[in-house]
Amino acid sequence: MSVILEARRLNKSFGAVTAAADISVGVQRDSVVGLIGSNGAGKTTFLNMVTGYLAPTSGSIHYGDRDITGMAPREITRLGICRSFQIPQLFDNLSVRENLRVGVGIAARCARAGGHTPGEAGEIDTFIERFNLGGYRDQLAGLLPEGVRKLLDIAMAVAGHPNLLLLDEPTSGVSADEKFRLMDMVMGALKAQGVTVLFVEHDMEIVARYTQRILAFYEGRIIADGEAQAVLRDADVRRHVIGEELHPGRAEAAGG
Amino acid sequence: MPRDRTTRILLGALLVLLGAGPFLPKWAMFMLNVSLSWGTVVLGMMLLMRTGLVSFGQGLYYCLGAYAAGVSYAKLGIGDIAVMLLASTAVTVAVSAVLGLLLAKYRDIFFAMLSLAFSMILFGLLVKTSELGSTDGFGLSVASVAGVPLAEGWDRYAVFASAVVVAFGAALGMQRYLDSHTGRLAGAIRDNELRVEYMGASVRRVIHLNYVISAVLAGLGGGLVGITIGHVDPEMAFWTTSGEFVFIAILSGTGNVLAPFLGATIFETVRSFAYEYSPNTWQLVLGITMLLVIVFLPGGLWSVFTRRRTP
Repeated sequence: MSVILEARRLNKSFGAVTAAADISVGVQRDSVVGLIGSNGAGKTTFLNMVTGYLAPTSGSIHYGDRDITGMAPREITRLGICRSFQIPQLFDNLSVRENLRVGVGIAARCARAGGHTPGEAGEIDTFIERFNLGGYRDQLAGLLPEGVRKLLDIAMAVAGHPNLLLLDEPTSGVSADEKFRLMDMVMGALKAQGVTVLFVEHDMEIVARYTQRILAFYEGRIIADGEAQAVLRDADVRRHVIGEELHPGRAEAAGG
Repeated sequence: MPRDRTTRILLGALLVLLGAGPFLPKWAMFMLNVSLSWGTVVLGMMLLMRTGLVSFGQGLYYCLGAYAAGVSYAKLGIGDIAVMLLASTAVTVAVSAVLGLLLAKYRDIFFAMLSLAFSMILFGLLVKTSELGSTDGFGLSVASVAGVPLAEGWDRYAVFASAVVVAFGAALGMQRYLDSHTGRLAGAIRDNELRVEYMGASVRRVIHLNYVISAVLAGLGGGLVGITIGHVDPEMAFWTTSGEFVFIAILSGTGNVLAPFLGATIFETVRSFAYEYSPNTWQLVLGITMLLVIVFLPGGLWSVFTRRRTP
């Protein structure tokens, strides 16, 4: 398997705060990787650096054999890295359909997606169906329930035909009994397209169920990297990320 | 309102106005002429507002367009309406393409004030330029349309017909544009620029393009007003002129390409009659009109037609 994304000695500091300290990591093509860590551990900073929203203080990021360090989000998206957001970033005054229409329209005009455009209208309908948004088709995005907003946000990231998809807390704000249904739907939709997925998640059940590999962040460093179950059992991870001392019961269950 | 219905209304209005033109009393033709020209300016503002930007400086392009037409006549001896309007277009494209590089970086009040500043710079320059008549401006006239000389007594109708055709073309073109992929990005940018960039489109490029389009429409409107009145002066770049365009834009609403023309016609009518019947309080009448629209029709006059459909 080839490496699709590689970070080399990434550092990022905001004044005295270190959000990324010497991060070196590679992600295999077609894998599903979970990013865990407490608030402020540097997970979202990592996503923001990969997508060009933040420039690293030092170090470099490579996508395939291209150095993408310092490129703008727009250029990186065009290369095939798309992302969803912790707080859904939608066009609130446009309907669900119009939101997707903008996304599909932009993607169709980027050279990369040139080959596979079976008509934009048809593609929009495919996304509406795949993400189960049919009941909300003509509703304004600003008036949707949070879980549906989350789905639409992810659907719009997928509409960009990513090779690498970054999801920032896909299940935050989604009710406990809906989160598995949501993740099944998202992962099912992605499997159909052959996408490498990197996702930030606080919910250990979700991480354990959907990822093959986990990166655990703590204070800007990666303190554990490996097969999902092994990382969840790791002593450092249990102390710093899962919070064993505070919630022994839950950690036990999550560690499985 | 469905798109094809808007197109039918536009086509109908084009034929009615062109046909009725020769029979209209002079004052009505003049008022319609000004309304159509101003509607064209406001159509451009509508595009900017849909993109989330309010310009307080459309007077810059309105005045540039008028002076370009005026200079064609007074300095170059060209009295052809089509050529004069082409001059308006060329000058506004050139200036807005350059200024847009800067303005596309700004939003909200900064965009509004910076655009106002540029219009006031033009005002200042024109006031100081004695070759162009300083504060008095200068007069112009028309002799032909696209090479066809105008028969005696038909010059007013020719100007009127030009305004009708330009307004019609602008409205139809705008409708097509708003329905295109790039046009649709306007609303997306207004709602969430970050997401537009993260989906791979350049926000600045779209804003720059929309800025140039709005400038050209302001320039055409200015050129038309110049040849309608037969005179241009620096007041056209003064901030109160730009303010009136903002006034009409809010009065009209951004819901449909017909709205700016409706708004401009009502504005011009209210102003003319208010000015005639209560010369000292006409601003008061306009102010109250605006107040009523904002309180009862926050979506502008056009929302009267769309209200029932939206819950």
